[in-house]
Amino acid sequence: MKHTLSILVQNQAGVLSRVAALFTRRGYNIESIAVGPTEDPRVARMTIVVEGDSREVEQITKHVHKLIEVLKVTDLTHEDMVDRELALIKVTADSHNRSEILQIVDIFRAKIVDVSEKSVIVEVTGDEGKIEAMIRLLRPHGIKELARTGRIALARGARPEPASRGVSATA
Amino acid sequence: MAAVDLAQQDERGRRPSGRRMKATQAFIESLLAEGVEVIFGYPGGAVLPIYDALYDAKIRHVLVRHEQGAAHMADGYARATGKPGVVLATSGPGATNLVTGLATAWMDSIPLVAFTGNVARSAIGTDAFQEADITGITLPITKHNFLVRRAEDLPRVIKEAFHIATTGRPGPVLVDLPKDVTTEEINFSYPETVDLPGYRPTIKGHVKQILEAARAIAAAKRPVLYIGGGVIASGAHKEVLALAEKASLPTTFTLMGIGGFPGDHPLSLGMLGMHGTVYANYAVNECDLLIAVGARFDDRVTGDLRRFAPHAKVIHIDIDPAEIGKNVQADIPIVGDAKAVLSVLVEKVREKREQEWLDTIEAWKREYPLTYEEKPGVIAPQRVIQEIYEVTRGEAICTADVGQHQMWLAQYYIFREPRRHISSGGLGSMGFGFPAAIGAALGRPDLQVWSITGDGGFQMTAQELATVRKYNLPVKIAIINNGYLGMVRQWQELLYQRRYSHSDLHDNPDFVKLAEAYGIPGFRCTRPEELRPLLEKAAAMDGPVLLDIHVDQEANVFPMIPAGQSVAEMIGKKGRLGT
Repeated sequence: MKHTLSILVQNQAGVLSRVAALFTRRGYNIESIAVGPTEDPRVARMTIVVEGDSREVEQITKHVHKLIEVLKVTDLTHEDMVDRELALIKVTADSHNRSEILQIVDIFRAKIVDVSEKSVIVEVTGDEGKIEAMIRLLRPHGIKELARTGRIALARGARPEPASRGVSATA
Repeated sequence: MAAVDLAQQDERGRRPSGRRMKATQAFIESLLAEGVEVIFGYPGGAVLPIYDALYDAKIRHVLVRHEQGAAHMADGYARATGKPGVVLATSGPGATNLVTGLATAWMDSIPLVAFTGNVARSAIGTDAFQEADITGITLPITKHNFLVRRAEDLPRVIKEAFHIATTGRPGPVLVDLPKDVTTEEINFSYPETVDLPGYRPTIKGHVKQILEAARAIAAAKRPVLYIGGGVIASGAHKEVLALAEKASLPTTFTLMGIGGFPGDHPLSLGMLGMHGTVYANYAVNECDLLIAVGARFDDRVTGDLRRFAPHAKVIHIDIDPAEIGKNVQADIPIVGDAKAVLSVLVEKVREKREQEWLDTIEAWKREYPLTYEEKPGVIAPQRVIQEIYEVTRGEAICTADVGQHQMWLAQYYIFREPRRHISSGGLGSMGFGFPAAIGAALGRPDLQVWSITGDGGFQMTAQELATVRKYNLPVKIAIINNGYLGMVRQWQELLYQRRYSHSDLHDNPDFVKLAEAYGIPGFRCTRPEELRPLLEKAAAMDGPVLLDIHVDQEANVFPMIPAGQSVAEMIGKKGRLGT
């Protein structure tokens, strides 16, 4: 099954390649990866979606945790979490089908972010199922280009997962 | 040294602490602060500033003849002393020549700090002359690596490099130094602590788990203690002995664990695995409790994982949480340092003795002792190892290269103490043994050092004869010369219908003349009766000596469990085929 790993790392050059290379070397396929800074600028969060059974994912989690610049690894798969992905979809749209596309966009609470004579760009945010459904419905109209961010996720509720917890503690 | 330069202030207007000096001087000072006694290295363009500082530094530099030799020497030094080995190489080819050595140290968890020069920061990424992305290349074979982008980071990075290399599960760390970083001036003060929030190895084991382990040992009828290189790294050999004796645990060791338990102890089962003793493998196969300490269930130990230790409950003690559950599911996992965990476990375990189990093992030992065939007029390679053992009274440091002689050394030299047996276990790097012996000789001048090597592997780093000569190091080189890549030939004999494809080395050079060309005395030995006197003569000599010992060309390493199989498929149980 697919696992969502949330990895807090020191925000330094080269960390992304260390983490990505580790997945490759140990034979795991990254389905998606999204990286950005957290509330603490010294810390970045990587959200990685990886396919594997629980034992395999536990193994790769341990290996990732061994990397010196990795502060924390959480498998959010079985946690109560919010996960989102953003997609930009450029669709063929002219006077014949534009209104139909607008309807789909409306139903999905997506947005048109660019319009030209022959196409529109749709911005959609949601979980993977929603984005897949959107793509499925737009495909008959002709998808010219597609860009997806990959999944980002946070655990729900007050229990924080403070980015700086690892940084402030002493060895 | 110069006083603090008042003009140098940080952005908050504070006067920086430390002495003003060249970064290369700070490099030397940092190494001295780490207690480094010797660096193995080879100069080149990108490290000229560092070599200029080394010219009159209070630190010993050993000039090698190939950077691979430097890495293996530093590795041998580290294995023999327990202290981190230090390597220095230039950019590009100098750095890439370290790769095999770093991978060797990585696979066997050996603390090494390698410094490489690189092109100037402005030239990085331009395919400049002698540029290589060595941090990228060594990513999967180092515990960590650094590219130093600011000269003022250098002391902190060196501190962190040594800390990471030597703590937790040890391993090699590489520090890449762009040339222009080394030519700057910095305010030097060596940090006293490290701040690595993502790096906190677990040392103490979980007490509840340790109690659980003690209960499992109490309940076991057929327990086996299985120790690996982690016992050596941790210095846990005394605790291993105490545990084994208190609970009467038959104890087997991996290639890396040799010396972690006295090989001549009544509870010793010798080495296990592919070329382990029959009784060690039988014991593991029959045991109801397997206590793994600092061992990683390598495929050369387990063979077919599904049929390995099929009746055993498994206690797995390891400092690396990623090792637990990697190959074998542990019933009682304990993450922690072997010495720290065992010292508690020894307290909690109660004395016991499963006489029936010990009797069973004694019967196996009597029926299947390690043994080999001897042909009249021909030197058996196993005999060479046994006689070196006798001549050195089992007290020498012996390094192995890779192949048949490596297994014979593991089988027939009885090591009683840790850090005396030095062998490339994980990577199996031919060319390792001889330079490793040089490193060991520098680290332990009080011990006799033998490089037990093969005619194949010796030629992979034979250029280091010049290093041995230059520093007059008393390394005894014993080439177990069978004119073949012996282990390859053995597999070809057993698995490929004796089609000896490219494993014949009968066009070897005259090793005696080769030694003499380097100014080292060399002797050849072809007859059994010449062997003992020659070994005794070599042992008594002061400087380096090379012995070219011609042995039975078709001797095989037995017993043998073919790769991926189990104890049921073991062959050569009585030292020859058909047994």
